[in-house]
Amino acid sequence: MLHITCNGKPLEVSNGAMLQSTARKQLPNVSVVILNGFQTTDELQLHDGDSITVIEKGAMPPQDVLEHMMAARHTPHVHERMKQACVGIAGLGGLGSNIAAMLARTGVGHLVLADFDTVEPSNLNRQNYFVSHLGMTKTDATAKLLHEINPFITIETHTVRIDSSNAVELFSGCDIVCEAFDNPDCKAELVSTLLSETEHIRIVAGSGMAGYGSCNEIVTKKRMTRLYVCGDEKTAAANGVGLMAPRVSVCAGHQANMVLRLLLDIETP
Amino acid sequence: MKVNGEFIPASEGLTVNKLLEQQGYQINRIAVEVNHEIVPKGQYSTHMLHDDDVIEIVCFMGGG
Repeated sequence: MLHITCNGKPLEVSNGAMLQSTARKQLPNVSVVILNGFQTTDELQLHDGDSITVIEKGAMPPQDVLEHMMAARHTPHVHERMKQACVGIAGLGGLGSNIAAMLARTGVGHLVLADFDTVEPSNLNRQNYFVSHLGMTKTDATAKLLHEINPFITIETHTVRIDSSNAVELFSGCDIVCEAFDNPDCKAELVSTLLSETEHIRIVAGSGMAGYGSCNEIVTKKRMTRLYVCGDEKTAAANGVGLMAPRVSVCAGHQANMVLRLLLDIETP
Repeated sequence: MKVNGEFIPASEGLTVNKLLEQQGYQINRIAVEVNHEIVPKGQYSTHMLHDDDVIEIVCFMGGG
């Protein structure tokens, strides 16, 4: 017998069992078959320890199976690591709102979100909000969106202005904090405070993602022992230089990916 | 000493604050690490720098 898991539950199949026929046996109307994180229509031989996911499009699965299905395209074993993690996001603007959505999709189990601001029209050119969010606090709007993206994670929100007096208290429970402010003085204050007043927090910051210069200039660098900086480190928002969705999202993607890497114990940028 | 990967001569009595001024940094926009230890903002004017120190200065750009 082979011991595999199907939709997160243990399943015994006979030696030599094949993927697609096993999938059809488990779910006659199966439309998506995923083997160890990879969606395939090939008929492949199953091996001991394989994880398969079978999904019928349009059918709502029970809650306990839904979470497994949502993580089925992750690389194997990533989900378990993400589920245990606690990540803070300081600022829910162009960087933070997009990082939050990506980390929720990645299944980071606990998110601590902090921002003092409310959603206004000029945010919609790059921040992950909709017209229906106008006037809501960014913490409430993001929490609502994240709940739609992934109902299996816990979200803690703080609608406050973050500075050196409260940063440690807000984020002391986090393994990693994403610096996602707009204002450069606030970025520097948060980074200096968290690095000097905590022993454990690692920071993934954003610096230099304004305009529409090449996205290829946006990189992740390890600048200090516990500080990673994403961006081109030169293009500031300024009079005549706006902040646009593509580069801001690319930078947010760099930050979210560095968080993922750190949570998997990979420390190189 | 080494500042952001480049060797520069260390002068007598150089503090973090003086180095930042020399290099033209806006003090409110930066974070400084000396020999892999962050220097708290309140210690910039008292933290003395020495030969062989490895200094990283990160200057943040606005936008997010």
